[in-house]
Amino acid sequence: MSNRADIRREAEAVLERFRAAGAELVDPDILQPAATLLDLYGEDIRARAYVTQDPVRGELMLRPDFTVPVVQAHMANGAEPARYTYIGEVFRRQEAGSGRASEYIQVGFELFDGRDPVAADAEVFALFAGILAPMGLRPAIGDIGVLRAAVDALTTSERRKDALRRHLWRPRRFRALLERFGGRTPPPPTRARLVEAARSRPAAELVAEAGPLVGLRTAEEIAERVEALVADADEPPVAGPEIEAIEALMTIRAKAPAGLGRLRDVAVDLPGIAPAVDRFERRLEALAARGIDAEALEFEASYGRTTLEYYDGFVFGFYAGDRPDLPPVASGGRYDALTRVLGAGRAIPAVGGIVRPELLHLLGGLPR
Amino acid sequence: MTLKLGVPSKGRLMDKTFDWFGARGVALRRTGTEREYAAAAEGADNLEVVLLSANEIPRELAAGRIHLGVTGTDLVREKIPLWSTRIADVAPLGFGHADLVIAVPRAWVDVDTLDDLDAVAAAFRRRHGFRLRIATKYHRLVREFLRAEGVADYQLIDSQGATEGTVKNLTAEAIADITSTGETIRANHLKVLSDGLILKSEATLFAAKDAQWDARRLRAMEALCARLDVERPSGLRP
Repeated sequence: MSNRADIRREAEAVLERFRAAGAELVDPDILQPAATLLDLYGEDIRARAYVTQDPVRGELMLRPDFTVPVVQAHMANGAEPARYTYIGEVFRRQEAGSGRASEYIQVGFELFDGRDPVAADAEVFALFAGILAPMGLRPAIGDIGVLRAAVDALTTSERRKDALRRHLWRPRRFRALLERFGGRTPPPPTRARLVEAARSRPAAELVAEAGPLVGLRTAEEIAERVEALVADADEPPVAGPEIEAIEALMTIRAKAPAGLGRLRDVAVDLPGIAPAVDRFERRLEALAARGIDAEALEFEASYGRTTLEYYDGFVFGFYAGDRPDLPPVASGGRYDALTRVLGAGRAIPAVGGIVRPELLHLLGGLPR
Repeated sequence: MTLKLGVPSKGRLMDKTFDWFGARGVALRRTGTEREYAAAAEGADNLEVVLLSANEIPRELAAGRIHLGVTGTDLVREKIPLWSTRIADVAPLGFGHADLVIAVPRAWVDVDTLDDLDAVAAAFRRRHGFRLRIATKYHRLVREFLRAEGVADYQLIDSQGATEGTVKNLTAEAIADITSTGETIRANHLKVLSDGLILKSEATLFAAKDAQWDARRLRAMEALCARLDVERPSGLRP
């Protein structure tokens, strides 16, 4: 590609700004162990990353992003608070015909600081906004923490909440579960029959009757789930107003102040989300304190839900307003859940983001 | 200046393909010795028959090395990215019916739908420390289906044959495979999920949009389609 050098220059200009903001440069390997990424992201990553085979190290992936190796490096030997930056190629298999590059440069910034998450969110966003200001991009923000808080606040069993939390990033299944738990869609007839049968007979008997048990999943595991299904059938549906509140929440799309108002409306029916809404408000204040025109920010409550299972709090993106065909020029967010998985229970609050310099270049570049 | 028609090189698929063309006045037959992969067509001008492994026909169509080919819908959709932009359906042939389905052990009385499978996958991962394994050779189709349905916490394990046996052999917890009668699935103590139908497949005559279609070949194609009493597909690029 003839403009590679130009794109590299855009990336280095951004990198300089990240370093000036106090970030230490890290340089992770291109080949990453596939097992970690697969465990984290699931089968979808296989469709999106290049997988290759090493006779000794086993299955490896060409890094689809920097976040995982940076988090791992920080966990191995970092002290908090820490700021990191990185620059280099990432590799993504693209949908055939999408026309998107499968190899491109990312430059990123990650902040590990658990003392004041809202302030850390604002620091990262303001840094990106400052660098990108000359480009006239349209910023969008979201907060998956509010949606998570809404699930936590439902008056229902932990089992149902777990199921919903697990599918925050899969809107279609999330909605189907919500409809089921709200009693709007009846359980499938086979489930109803199973529950009926399990009321009068032990689950182990039903399993034995169905046929020889093959595979790793034990009769005990099956019986456990049958009991859970019976318990679920006996549980009352989630109340209509609570379901409607979550639905209303998911559709909020407004300027930040109006969005905040609508979040407050939702909190009337789901009082449990009030702390998350307060946090959202404090974040807007922290952004304003850093010189961001928070009133002009576009807020989408469902923003960031269809990315890889990844962000679980504040999320943001910067878009070229007149080029809706392009991916965001920059995007990022908070990913505490990811550090919890990578740290085997030890969570490190983390927020960060990346810039795609080839889009900066395409849109005319940063002023020199 | 001929049209190349790729036909499965052996077995029932070949015989039935010959029958289908024969019933429409185009006699395909093998030539040479019994073991030689050669065939000819009578009753259609400028038609060259190429005997190929059914597995390779999608690739040859995608590359435009053959103009027409007979293979299963399942293989075309699995093996050719953006298949509909590169391949045209000419006619379903009415045989080789098979469904790509997801099946789990019959003793899983608590599992009947994808919703169940998803819930079990989550519990399985907590209990066993790894993702529930689904054995298949249809990676693309299965992954796209499960993603669209929002099923998580599974992994695909490659299985190129005897897939129904993987569960008993403890190398998978569930399978996604092609079945026509379901007999092999039942014999291996498995059952199909009620909403686990990924694709209905059938032997089909396909045309390669990117093969060389000059005026003469397009005329030959026109004549062949008239003979076979099927509509000429659109999108063949000269």
